[in-house]
Amino acid sequence: MALATRQDTPPTRKPPVRHTSGLRGFWGSTVGKKTVMAVSGLIMLGYLVAHMIGNLKIFFGTDEFNGYAHWLRTMGDPVLHYEWALWIVRVLLLAAVVGHGVAAYQLSRRDIRARPVKYAHKRKRASYATRTMRWGGIILALFIVWHLLDLTTLTVNENAQHGKPYENVVATFSTWYGNTTYIVAMLAVGLHVRHGFWSAAQTLGVGNATRERVLKALANLLALALTVGFLSVPVAVMTGLVG
Amino acid sequence: MKLTLRVWRQKNPDTPGEMASYDVDNISADMSFLEMLDTLNEELILRGDDPVAFDHDCREGICGACSLVINGDAHGPERTTTCQLHMRSFSDGDTIDVEPWRASAFPVVKDLVVDRSAFDRIIQAGGYVSVPTGAAPEAHATPVPKADADFAFEHAECIGCGACVAACPNGSAMLFTSAKINHLNVLPQGAPERETRVLDMVAQMDDEGFGGCTLTGECATACPKGIPLPSIAAMNKEWLRANRKAKR
Ligand code: HEM
Ligand code: SF4
Ligand code: FES
Repeated sequence: MALATRQDTPPTRKPPVRHTSGLRGFWGSTVGKKTVMAVSGLIMLGYLVAHMIGNLKIFFGTDEFNGYAHWLRTMGDPVLHYEWALWIVRVLLLAAVVGHGVAAYQLSRRDIRARPVKYAHKRKRASYATRTMRWGGIILALFIVWHLLDLTTLTVNENAQHGKPYENVVATFSTWYGNTTYIVAMLAVGLHVRHGFWSAAQTLGVGNATRERVLKALANLLALALTVGFLSVPVAVMTGLVG
Repeated sequence: MKLTLRVWRQKNPDTPGEMASYDVDNISADMSFLEMLDTLNEELILRGDDPVAFDHDCREGICGACSLVINGDAHGPERTTTCQLHMRSFSDGDTIDVEPWRASAFPVVKDLVVDRSAFDRIIQAGGYVSVPTGAAPEAHATPVPKADADFAFEHAECIGCGACVAACPNGSAMLFTSAKINHLNVLPQGAPERETRVLDMVAQMDDEGFGGCTLTGECATACPKGIPLPSIAAMNKEWLRANRKAKR
């Protein structure tokens, strides 16, 4: 067992803590915060899969793609009013992004404080996907903002017209900065999902020794499908397949 | 063998330390790493210098007292404890960097000795079973399924050395804590305290200032006892289960 090496201090040491129950205890715990990250991450991941599949409709022409975009607004009709379902999804996603980001920030601060002194002997640690979770996450956060300004509010999309998503997508991928931003972000998504999906399984306690390989394979498959699926659109515009 | 050692020297917790260089000669390949350090210390004492302080006790790989980050690896290049690492893992003329465990929850006491009492307090928070004392109970009175016994035994192997914390880029103690929780939570003897154990031990772990888990896997690679990474997932599962139970 570990040695209590400092004989001078023990009498003044505080007794072991008791856990705090309820939501405060949950959010206050490293395991609880990580659970929030895992659930919000999986919500976003589910959304990304749907979003990527939806994007592929661009290969079937202007009418089909714009019709799909219109359907997103009439989803849930006649139970839900125009755009209600869309707004429900948007609110859920916003909550997921905020929860994920805040937990990531707080946990990262804690992790850095827990290991203030670096080893003098440097060596490479962990895989690329694992080491880039924080910077990759920041890239994704910035991309989400840019993406909304580009194709949702159309603020930064010079040639955009309301109600013409097909044309707007083509406009975005006809600029070098549109393509570069998007390609970098989609590679970041792939890396983030590669480590993230598997991590979320561990956080939620689904992982065990026998499921290890299946979970890793599934993480790689999801990462690859998302990156290739999302990237197929700018590549198609660049090569003139879609225009 | 002739070796150059670069060793972390630090007088006390409040003085800044630095890496100091020493040459050692006549090192046999059959020496353990600690015997090699003993050789260095004998020389230092003869010279009238302060010997290098390092932790050790059993020198059999079972007590968890020895530590040392050797060339960036906790317990050095082999998957064993530093006391069971032998100099045949190195070659003549090597330069070897020797550093203490690094984590804010494990402050340096002197040179290579760190204070690991944070682990003791995690154990105090729930790493025990409350049983009536007296004569040993009849062994067949409490049947344990083979799979559960194996799982418990795998985790009971943890010797509390802290290599997992030292190797983790976040200074996280999750592998140690998960080993202790899983060991007891799977057994019938541990069942009465199953929920409070995981909740209190995780709370204590957080309170000590250890970092969170980012599933880097460095801990399980460094662990001399082969506590596997999925142990942390098993602990998370217990923690989530205990939270659901506590609400009722
Ligand atoms: C707002 C931008 C984002 C930031 C700042 C961010 C940051 C992070 C960080 C720091 C981690 C923990 C890394 C680690 O454990 O080493 C993480 C994990 C994760 N991220 Fe993100 N991320 C963002 C967006 C996303 C998106 C869009 C997805 C959807 C695919 C996602 C899915 C995940 C998943 C599933 C995890 C694993 C959670 C766990 O370990 O339990 N993240 N993220
Ligand atoms: S889990 Fe392994 S590395 Fe960590 S304290 Fe236990 S024996 Fe040492
Ligand atoms: S000295 Fe006991 S394990 Fe190394």
